Amino acid sequence: MSESWLLFKRNLSDFWRVFRRNRMGMTGAVLVLVAVLVAVFAPLLSPYDPATVIRDEAGRGLTFAPPSVHTPLGTDDAGRDVWTQLVYGARISLMVGFLAGFIAMFVGSLLGILAGYFGGWIDNLLMRITDVLLVIPDLPLMLVLVATLRQMELKVSPLAVLILVIGLLYWTSTARLVRSQVLSIKERQFVARARAIGAGHIHIIRKHILPQIMPLIVANTVLILSTAILIESGLAFLGLGDPTQPSWGTMLNFAFDRNAISNGAWWFYLPPGLAIVWVSLGCVLLGNVLEEMLNPRLTGHHLEGEARVQPAPLESAGQASGEAAHV
Amino acid sequence: MSEFPLLRVRHLSTDFLLPADKRIARALEDVSFDVHPGETVGLVGESGCGKTTALLSILRLLPANARISGQVFFKGVDLMALSEKSMRDYRWRELAIVFQGAMNALNPVMRVGEQIREAITLHGLLPPDQAETRVGELLEMVGIPKERGSQYPFQYSGGMRQRAMIAMALACSPSILFADEPTTALDVMVQAQVLELLNDIQQRLGLAIVLVTHDLGVVAEMCDTVVVMYGGMVAENGLVDDIFNNPQHPYTQKLLESFPDLARPTESLASIPGAPPRLIEIPPGCRFEPRCHVRIEKCKTESPPLVQVGETHLAACHLLKR
Repeated sequence: MSESWLLFKRNLSDFWRVFRRNRMGMTGAVLVLVAVLVAVFAPLLSPYDPATVIRDEAGRGLTFAPPSVHTPLGTDDAGRDVWTQLVYGARISLMVGFLAGFIAMFVGSLLGILAGYFGGWIDNLLMRITDVLLVIPDLPLMLVLVATLRQMELKVSPLAVLILVIGLLYWTSTARLVRSQVLSIKERQFVARARAIGAGHIHIIRKHILPQIMPLIVANTVLILSTAILIESGLAFLGLGDPTQPSWGTMLNFAFDRNAISNGAWWFYLPPGLAIVWVSLGCVLLGNVLEEMLNPRLTGHHLEGEARVQPAPLESAGQASGEAAHV
Repeated sequence: MSEFPLLRVRHLSTDFLLPADKRIARALEDVSFDVHPGETVGLVGESGCGKTTALLSILRLLPANARISGQVFFKGVDLMALSEKSMRDYRWRELAIVFQGAMNALNPVMRVGEQIREAITLHGLLPPDQAETRVGELLEMVGIPKERGSQYPFQYSGGMRQRAMIAMALACSPSILFADEPTTALDVMVQAQVLELLNDIQQRLGLAIVLVTHDLGVVAEMCDTVVVMYGGMVAENGLVDDIFNNPQHPYTQKLLESFPDLARPTESLASIPGAPPRLIEIPPGCRFEPRCHVRIEKCKTESPPLVQVGETHLAACHLLKR
């Protein structure tokens, strides 16, 4: 793993050349990139504010209006433009997903390194906490936590609560992954050498352990992002999002609450659903490819496939038999 | 031998607590020897007789399940009594080590020069710009062009990596260099180069070397004094001439016999029947007793003490007279 990371670190353009040829990885990267661009340039992509109600000539709100020139994805139950909500929703969904994902990654890596490197009671304590969190089903626990924290009327925005709950509960798999990797690296001889030159723990972790597990962390982060976005959508769909800042999950929640399906308003519930699929598919594709590229053990064996053997030219075969005859 | 010893190892014992069955493996028992400034001490013995453990115990680099007792005086300071933090200042600054199979002791994702510089800057010996020059000097000293310091270990050959490790060991101008089988896993030509390099460096820098090896040829060529270890204990300790020409301990005698002699080639090599004692069930008497060709009744029950057989020659055998 380390040698390919070296390549990655030393020569990003080389890495890019290899990556570009991977169709799956490129598809994932494009999917994610488009979503991010949409989120960043949301105001340019829509003439309306997400809260604007579209009205007809008589001044009545256009509710459940099908797609038209002015409203490419129709309107919702309150007469707001669905396309506008979709592009602004991308901001919320991606922000919550990315921030929660990064927090989870950071916590998971930190605890994994501490547990793996120091071992002993620290390892025991951290891994038992991890076990407990692994055993409790994620979604119900997060539901309860978000709902309870919401009730306590803390001075933080509902989105921050969502980010922290997802981020601080979703690190378990990362911690285990990182820990196992650290366990094997710390037995390598260059770590003993680092100790012998008089290095302290922080120096060893920073200089010798972290660079070795970086590929793992990078690939895993992308995968965690997709899960974080899915969880956010799930929680928001169940009504735990911030209604004033609707994400895609919140849009689905609205659509469900206001009978979009029985009203036949497919333009209300399909776009946010497909957007969620779009982003998480992109992350999974990208994450899998990165993992594969940075971890050669997952790719095929380098001796796999048939070696190309040049068929011997006929005349040399003739020569050989001629020589044999001489002997 | 010159004046005062640089390193005095006294009654060093190391136990490993085996986590699986809570048993204790006694890897070292009552090991004592001296290292004088500028001399080369050879630590010889079979695999598993505690040579490496002795080095790692002195440097306190053993895993957490090891229990070390005894004293190691370096310039009068007992290293075993220091805090981990002050011990860190002694490592590499005064006591450097070249590990067994040192080619694996380089971090594969760090440039070689950077790893050597790491040792210098960690102890704050030189400002960064001078450290760079020093790295170049060190590499040249071991015969590696200094431009290659910016390469990664996988771009080096095995012998070069070994020499880079020696360069790294010299980075802080230590007083003692511990070399744990510095030539195993290298081919004979490279072995000779590495030994020559060590010799050359010792003469130039005047440092003491503790050489762990099981190659008696290397010992004869390199060492001033020899410590023969068996089953975690010192069997014999003396000047290299005494050990080779006048071995007192039966194990040393057998060890020398099992080494091929160029002057008198034979069909087959002598070997010592049996195997070293298992460290979790050490016999009460002499550890060599089950394999000894001259054993007496007393050997079964009583472990022989080291006795003085010459001015600087010690051996542990019941048959020896004080």
